[in-house]
Amino acid sequence: MLWVIIIGLLPPGGVKAFDTPSDGGGSVTIRWELSPSETLSQFLGYRILRGESEAGPFEEVGYVIKGRGEYQDRSTEDGKSYYYLVVGVAVGDSVASSVVGPVISSAQWFNANRLNVLIFTFLISLFVLLYIRRAKRERLFIRKIPGLDAIEDAVGRSTEMGRPILYSFGLGLLSDVVTIASLSILSRVAKKAAEYGTRLIVPNYDPLVMTAAQETVKQAFTEAGRPDLYNEGDITFLTQDQFGYAAGVDGIIVREKPGTCFWQGYFFAESLILAETGHSVGAIQIAGTIAVTQLPFFIAACDYVLIGEEMYAASAYLRPEPQMVGSLKGEDIAKALIMALIIFSALWGTVGVLLNQWMGSSTLLDAFHSFVNWFTVGE
Amino acid sequence: MNFFDLFGTWLAAGLTVAILSFLYRDNPLYKFAEHIYVGASAAFWVVIFWYSDVKPMLIDRALDPQYPLGEKLILLIPTIFGIMMLLRWFPKVAWISRWPIAFTVGMAAGLALTATVQGYIVPQIKATLFPVVVITKDPLISLWRSLMNIFVIFGVFTTILYFYFSKEHTGLLKVGSRIGIIFIMVGFGASFGYTIMARISLLIGRIYFLLHSWLGVID
Repeated sequence: MLWVIIIGLLPPGGVKAFDTPSDGGGSVTIRWELSPSETLSQFLGYRILRGESEAGPFEEVGYVIKGRGEYQDRSTEDGKSYYYLVVGVAVGDSVASSVVGPVISSAQWFNANRLNVLIFTFLISLFVLLYIRRAKRERLFIRKIPGLDAIEDAVGRSTEMGRPILYSFGLGLLSDVVTIASLSILSRVAKKAAEYGTRLIVPNYDPLVMTAAQETVKQAFTEAGRPDLYNEGDITFLTQDQFGYAAGVDGIIVREKPGTCFWQGYFFAESLILAETGHSVGAIQIAGTIAVTQLPFFIAACDYVLIGEEMYAASAYLRPEPQMVGSLKGEDIAKALIMALIIFSALWGTVGVLLNQWMGSSTLLDAFHSFVNWFTVGE
Repeated sequence: MNFFDLFGTWLAAGLTVAILSFLYRDNPLYKFAEHIYVGASAAFWVVIFWYSDVKPMLIDRALDPQYPLGEKLILLIPTIFGIMMLLRWFPKVAWISRWPIAFTVGMAAGLALTATVQGYIVPQIKATLFPVVVITKDPLISLWRSLMNIFVIFGVFTTILYFYFSKEHTGLLKVGSRIGIIFIMVGFGASFGYTIMARISLLIGRIYFLLHSWLGVID
């Protein structure tokens, strides 16, 4: 305390306030050089004060502990002028910098911090579009997914046993891509069910998914020439409560005793409850989800499982339309590039490390680190 | 404990036991609890959506004289889409409901692309870009870390190979994808054990409620 009083606190220098770049507005960044008084044990941190005129009054908008030279004021109104000052705070004393400003916050159209995301999105879209174009001209190869044959067998088994088929999208919403892929698989299942004259039950968690499922099944039954078999009451809404839905589906399983259960969509903790109940009535079960935490449960309890992207591939395989096949091929090219990138960077980084170690040259290693940092996704 | 607390505890305990009775077999008790659960939760979510979405985001804003006219006009779009969805009740014009569904599907697919690139692809690529060789002062640590790096790169590479659909998995590709599925299964095994532990803690919570709050046999 005595030491502070004798020499006095020194203020932070070089204070700058500017509109936060590459943001959606409503934010000003304040940056300063650390106060030379930071070496004192009594020094605590910095208060950031804001005013609407140079003469004040100023009010505190933030506080950072010592050692930090930047603060983002995220409470500004776009288009309004603000003035800032940074106050160094120590035990029993404080010292203010000069006032800086005016600064006006605004939103930017382009977020330069996410240029990498834009480039990757552009590349993937380009590959997909090129392959969709190609798929319109020629038939492109997609390898068969293990378990797809099981769909037909499972529908046939239900028919032989005189039992219905149960199809669930889990807790997926219509805005989930996995639900859209699942609709393609449902279309195939419904068509087979209509051909064999087997009842198809689809209990739903989301009303919009139910609507889309009704449309899909209706169309599939019509394409199969059996619109008379379509029963809208079999594609129902249960509830939007996770375990309420699980309890409802379990009830349907034990009462209707389906011969086949399809679990295709997005699932959470209810996955094992559903799959175990299906197993208990002796149903053959085919699951597919992108929920990584639920896949182990399906693998443990089901006969066939489509793992992650296999679901998308399955939907493209079952409905080989140019858009579906082209998308899958485009993604495959992106994957091949990513694999090449991983190998290339491993070699680059390794040579960089060895050169740095043996010859003391850090140029290649520094370039490698810059390259890796380019992949950081900014706010 | 007042009457309503006591009633609530007995009701919750009774319904818990009724739901757990499913472990034995389907029975009238379970059926009763299931129907209450499904019906009450469906109604509950209708109320939640009304008070969290429809009322504050549509009705309150539309009736608020302070709300800018331009943004009020934008509210017309979801309103019209909502009405179009409700037309499903009228068979002659039910086809109109396909339009908002098509919009939702298209919007979802478009948004998912950027979200996936930003949230998964780019960060995961970055996490896999590292040198194979690590050099530290301790040669044993250097060797161990270098082996780990090789292991991670090899695992990622073979796992991506498994999800490559443009070629039949034969020859080297078959070997690579087989190794990839082993990596995937090891990951799933770890995830399985971890999640089972979390589920056990949920079960403990429920049994504690029965033994503590309901029966009072434990503190």
